[in-house]
Amino acid sequence: MAELIVISTLNGVLFGMLLFLLSSGLTVIFSMMGVLNFAHASFYMLGAFFGYQLTRWIGFWPALVIAPLLVGAVGMAVERYGLRNTHKHGHVAELLLTFGLAFAIEEIVSMIWGKSPVDYRVPAVLDFPAFTVFSTNYPAYKIFMLVVSVVIFIALLVTLKRTRVGLIVQAALTHPSMVGHLGHNVGRVFMLVFGVGSALAGLAGVIAGPSLVTQSDMAALLGPILFVVIVFGGLGSLPGAFIASLLIGLIQTFAVALNGSLASVFGPLDPSLGASPLTDIWNVTIAQIAPILPYLLLVLVLIFRPMGLLGTRES
Amino acid sequence: MHRLIVAAAAALTVLGGAASAQENLKIGYIDPLSGGGASVGEGGLKTFQYLADELNAKGGILGHKVEIVPLDNKTNPQESLVQAQKAVDAGVRYITQGNGSSVGAALEDFVTKNNSRNPGKEVLYFNYAAVDPSMTNEKCSYWHFRWDANSDIKMEALTNYMKSQPSIKKVYLINMDYSFGQSVRTAARKMLGEKRPDIQVVGDELHPMLKVTDFSPYIAKIKASGADTVVTGNWGQDFALLLKAAADAGLKVNWYTYYAGGAGGPTAIKQTGLENQVFQISEGVPNSGNKAAMDFEKDFRAKTGISVWYPRAVNEMRMFKAAAEKANSIDPVKVAAALEGMKFEVFDGGEGFMRKDDHQFFQPIYISSFGSLADKAKEPYDEENTGWGWHIVSKIDTAQTMLPTTCNMKRP
Repeated sequence: MAELIVISTLNGVLFGMLLFLLSSGLTVIFSMMGVLNFAHASFYMLGAFFGYQLTRWIGFWPALVIAPLLVGAVGMAVERYGLRNTHKHGHVAELLLTFGLAFAIEEIVSMIWGKSPVDYRVPAVLDFPAFTVFSTNYPAYKIFMLVVSVVIFIALLVTLKRTRVGLIVQAALTHPSMVGHLGHNVGRVFMLVFGVGSALAGLAGVIAGPSLVTQSDMAALLGPILFVVIVFGGLGSLPGAFIASLLIGLIQTFAVALNGSLASVFGPLDPSLGASPLTDIWNVTIAQIAPILPYLLLVLVLIFRPMGLLGTRES
Repeated sequence: MHRLIVAAAAALTVLGGAASAQENLKIGYIDPLSGGGASVGEGGLKTFQYLADELNAKGGILGHKVEIVPLDNKTNPQESLVQAQKAVDAGVRYITQGNGSSVGAALEDFVTKNNSRNPGKEVLYFNYAAVDPSMTNEKCSYWHFRWDANSDIKMEALTNYMKSQPSIKKVYLINMDYSFGQSVRTAARKMLGEKRPDIQVVGDELHPMLKVTDFSPYIAKIKASGADTVVTGNWGQDFALLLKAAADAGLKVNWYTYYAGGAGGPTAIKQTGLENQVFQISEGVPNSGNKAAMDFEKDFRAKTGISVWYPRAVNEMRMFKAAAEKANSIDPVKVAAALEGMKFEVFDGGEGFMRKDDHQFFQPIYISSFGSLADKAKEPYDEENTGWGWHIVSKIDTAQTMLPTTCNMKRP
């Protein structure tokens, strides 16, 4: 049992940190521009595919740096030539733009790399068990993923809270016109933030690609859960996104590990009642409903605390 | 003048006849070509296209060129119905599908309804891999033919083999959460309970179908349960990723599987170092020792780059040709009548037959294990360049695979 708890905690934290890499960019972009970027998970997918392709050409380590930069450049181009032009038509136009972009990116990716998974492998230097808990090996690559996400988290926090750039970004979040009057190019700040957010998603893609599956539907699989994270954490709140990511990572992992069902708590139904939809509900285990738990949480949060955990505004 | 008209009429008849003989025989291939099931769907498509080429090289079926029409169903029943309707509207009279019994059941229902509503435009559904037993039992249809052994038949054979393995003490069941996965777990529990009551089932898991990208939480749970053997019906990426997570965690157990040989599976087994600890049940293996099959394998690999993963598809297409020739027609109604009860020499040797009562094909099946190949002359084929391949550990003859059916076939 202790083994299960340790391993599940590690897995949960890891998944949570990965979610955070993605949701941090999404939530900052939202609070700055007031637009939910539906294509955010697509940048994650682009990161994975760029990472895969560059790994084949020049190796994993250069790819780890170059792929996120490329994705960041794509993100900046989207902001500069797409979102900035649609901005004057209001948020709905921006939303639709990112929505369409998500589909376009998925199609382009499947045109270039095909629809089945590509063979994106863990680099050989990291392909060994890092340590053994009880008798379970924990792969070194997963530890590497964890370290990268923690480093990025700290760097992000320090940049936003302790540097001049962070100060301007934070000011631009709430008082864009004032920042503009002070002589800063607010448009460029937006573009950079969008680029950094996309690059972070790209980085998440590069490191998650070998461990999860790199294929053209990976954005669609992960996209919905990102929205859960940022709504749950509070739209626009970075600490909120952090807590929500970890919480959802842990909930999903631990729910899988649990076998409890209504039947195991209250005892099996009287067999004389026969098979009915009720027996199905009665016997379903927590493990089986694990994938929908985050969405259940989303619904509950929206009903009881619409601003999310650490959010400030009601939206 | 008179003679000219006769000649023209004769020429027209000949031309008309020639035109209809050249009309392509279209087979709608409705399977996942995107999403989580794409890796298996694409393998299936390559197989059917290869088989169509093989038939066409020998003049097609009754002079008709066979054409495979690929239709992407994203492993989704609703999408499959849309694609099936699209195919039928385009004049397709034969559809084939295999991945996902949820899809299979929807298509079976579709052909039944379509054929009762549109007499004269019947459609046949050739099933090469959807193995939910209900499709040839309570939900059986006259218009559906299945070439793969159903899940209960496979489990019967698998548990007969497991019965003789005294090292098995604790079994963990992990399956995909849909009709097929549920039938695997039910059959496994029932049959193991009857044959080896001393075996303890320490876990019984259902996980979302083709949606899980990281199985490590499930592997941690298997590990914690103390199981020495895992039984799974997982296929496609759900098997490859399950094994990959097991490899990462260093889980060393025996695996009794339906589809370990699918894309990514062999690579993951080799990584885990589970030599001769992963078993698969299938109607054929590349190293079967049957000369014709092994020659076919060689050419198939050279042309498609994959191994023959669907010997049943070979049986399906060849038997389709035989049935059409027997009926001397490509009309689905006549072909269906010809297929009923038809006997056929299967791909890996031995006789199979299409049971009239439920349209289930019975054939010899094999249990094989995956490991290094000692004798390269006898067993030349490895999988996914791992150097490891399948060897047969047990053969079950056609007669021993017969399970009764509850099908009450409604004939037109």
